[in-house]
Amino acid sequence: MAIGVTTTPEKTKPSGSIINDPQVRGIFYQVLTLVVLAAFVYWVADNTIENLKRANIASGYDFLNGRAGFDVGQSLIAYTSDSTYQRALIVGLLNTLLVAVCGIFTATIIGFAVGIGRLSHNWLIAKLSLAYVEIFRNIPPLLVIFFWYSGVLAILPQPRESAALPLNMFLNNRGLAFPKPIFGDGSLYTVLAFVLAIVASFLLARYARKKQEATGQRFPVLWTSLGLIIGLPLLVFLATGSPITFDVPIAGKFNLTGGSVIGPEFLSLFLALSFYTAAFIAEIVRAGIRGVSKGQTEAAHALGVRPGLTTRLVVVPQALRIIIPPLTSQYLNLTKNSSLAVAIGYADLVAVGGTILNQTGQSIEIVTIWIVVYLSLSLATSLFMNWFNARMALVER
Amino acid sequence: MNTHQATFVRASMIEGSPPPIAEGGIVHWLRVNLFATPKDTVLTIIGALALAWFLPPAIQWLFLDAAWTGGGRGVCATVAQGGSQPEGWSGACWAFVNAKLDQFVYGRYPLEERWRPTLVGILFILFLVPMAIPKVPYKGINAILLFAVLPLISLILLPGGWFGLTFVETPLWGGLMVTLILSFVGIAVSLPLGILLALGRRSHMPVIKMLCTAFIELVRGIPLITVLFMASVMLPLFLPQGVTFDKFLRALIGVSLFASAYMAEVVRGGLQAIPKGQYEGADSLGLSFWQKMNLIVLPQALKLVIPGIVNTFIGLFKDTSLVSIIGMFDLLGIVRFNFTDANWASSVTPISGLIFAGFIFWLFCFGMSRYSGFMERVLDTAHKR
Repeated sequence: MAIGVTTTPEKTKPSGSIINDPQVRGIFYQVLTLVVLAAFVYWVADNTIENLKRANIASGYDFLNGRAGFDVGQSLIAYTSDSTYQRALIVGLLNTLLVAVCGIFTATIIGFAVGIGRLSHNWLIAKLSLAYVEIFRNIPPLLVIFFWYSGVLAILPQPRESAALPLNMFLNNRGLAFPKPIFGDGSLYTVLAFVLAIVASFLLARYARKKQEATGQRFPVLWTSLGLIIGLPLLVFLATGSPITFDVPIAGKFNLTGGSVIGPEFLSLFLALSFYTAAFIAEIVRAGIRGVSKGQTEAAHALGVRPGLTTRLVVVPQALRIIIPPLTSQYLNLTKNSSLAVAIGYADLVAVGGTILNQTGQSIEIVTIWIVVYLSLSLATSLFMNWFNARMALVER
Repeated sequence: MNTHQATFVRASMIEGSPPPIAEGGIVHWLRVNLFATPKDTVLTIIGALALAWFLPPAIQWLFLDAAWTGGGRGVCATVAQGGSQPEGWSGACWAFVNAKLDQFVYGRYPLEERWRPTLVGILFILFLVPMAIPKVPYKGINAILLFAVLPLISLILLPGGWFGLTFVETPLWGGLMVTLILSFVGIAVSLPLGILLALGRRSHMPVIKMLCTAFIELVRGIPLITVLFMASVMLPLFLPQGVTFDKFLRALIGVSLFASAYMAEVVRGGLQAIPKGQYEGADSLGLSFWQKMNLIVLPQALKLVIPGIVNTFIGLFKDTSLVSIIGMFDLLGIVRFNFTDANWASSVTPISGLIFAGFIFWLFCFGMSRYSGFMERVLDTAHKR
């Protein structure tokens, strides 16, 4: 890579004042760097072409249309071993996104809870949170993944002795089985009603805020929106004749039948990433809340704002400003760490890519796809978080 | 002047009377720290219940019910599984760790040659400890010993092949030894390289700035595992035919380059925090670029970012466990490799081995973070904002 940057040339160049001119020197160094880099790239490219020719590998992305011929454990879209490599890679990408989104969601909740716990006046809670952070921060994530995978989930009971959980769920060493919803005719209306209710709640919240700013009257937004979001779909659901049914897993003699199953690979990766990243998020949250000066809280109290509202309206908005940038990089870390899936065989982008790489030998193409995908994921996440940050940032006049 | 004549002056202070019982001692502490408000009381009870639910079974499993000694899977399996433990038994299998401890440290390094890594380890500790204690003098010589002489000795001793030492190829290396070598080299390479990259990113020369920025952002945007894959499958493609790199060396290069990109960002943070006056002051004294950096800017900048640097070191140390994915046997790799040993196959073996490996990793990382806190206090010259 571009490490030719640090080359320092000898100073035995033609003497004269020109040698001490910083501008001339700068141009000289840069040209030298470029030349060295170009020579290096040429050498590498030449070797690569030579090596590829000898190994009889055609470069290019045509192989993506070939038949994959391998199965993946878990897939969000229809996939068989007859599908193309391209589809396999898309399956991998979707699996990466799935575990990243689930992990980010859970890690944020655990992280905020533990981070606030560390600042608690309650000695026991503070110490428990500290222990959590110090344990998980100092252990490799890969080890945590293996801990769940081969330490905990692998020694769960066999499928025929599955542990029954509430809501018709079952836990065994093949994963977590849960009731699968089956959407019958007309269930679309229920989903539509749900979406409609969410949109209506948003509009309601805006209206309520405007009204409060204009007249000072408050509107019970929370309860109305909750009623809307739960009530409206329920009403439509009943009106259209309950079209959604559940395929409940049933414990058979040897195996469970019916329902959906989340494999142990996903579960262990998800649990490990959540617990591991949560420890870092907790530290970020703690630093963020401590970064809000005490005067802010005291001023709010002096104005007669109640403690609950002080937290919500004064402390949290200011703390979020400190929290968001490092939180973004933790989210990115979690997404990148999801590539550890390859160690336990969860079919994420890297695992699927690795299989294709072994089958076809198209290492340059696969690695390029990895780099492009992960860089775009990073870019997309940071763009979103920058937008969010800009909304949250202090508006200075 | 009006002089006041005191009729009585107390010659000694009276003893303070003890505080009310609710304002001192354990009762007060409990009231303030555990039961201050009803909400606190509820939280305390929940926390205590969680501890009571978790801790006694954990201690029971880890220590009381654990199988400490034994020569095979029998001590870690119940009668029904073909072992000697009573039905329903579950406990840690420390006998497994005990039996495999040598392998966990040295990997598959030949038995009769293990004095070599041991010697290197002893030298490492001998050089590191005085380096780590601020009061010990001769830091310069010590640094040379640690960062120049020790690698040279290791290079001769560990692979061998010189001076009548038998050659031990790197696939035989393993365990904690590999983890420590990878981390040591990674740390020793990534800090200087990271500093150079950070300086390059802040350079006024557009080409150099662009190249450094591109490298840093590229590496930081992709997972380490893809870098390691690249090092193991693409590097051979880039080299002329017949030139091969050792797999161990390729992993070393991958880990070091990866860590140096993160290090560069940490150092850049420190460089940006140094006021412009320091740079201008150095310029006005007529110092050259490297003098300015070495004598004025970097000492201040690096001191500011010690926590970040150590965090990167800890991250690097944890990341070395990823080399087990590309088929090397570091501490985690060798522990997992031993799960396949039929002599020790039992349902509690994997979890015991992983807890042991986790504890070792934890010890090192926790030690590093504590030491960085200590160094921060030692170097603190009260200029911190």
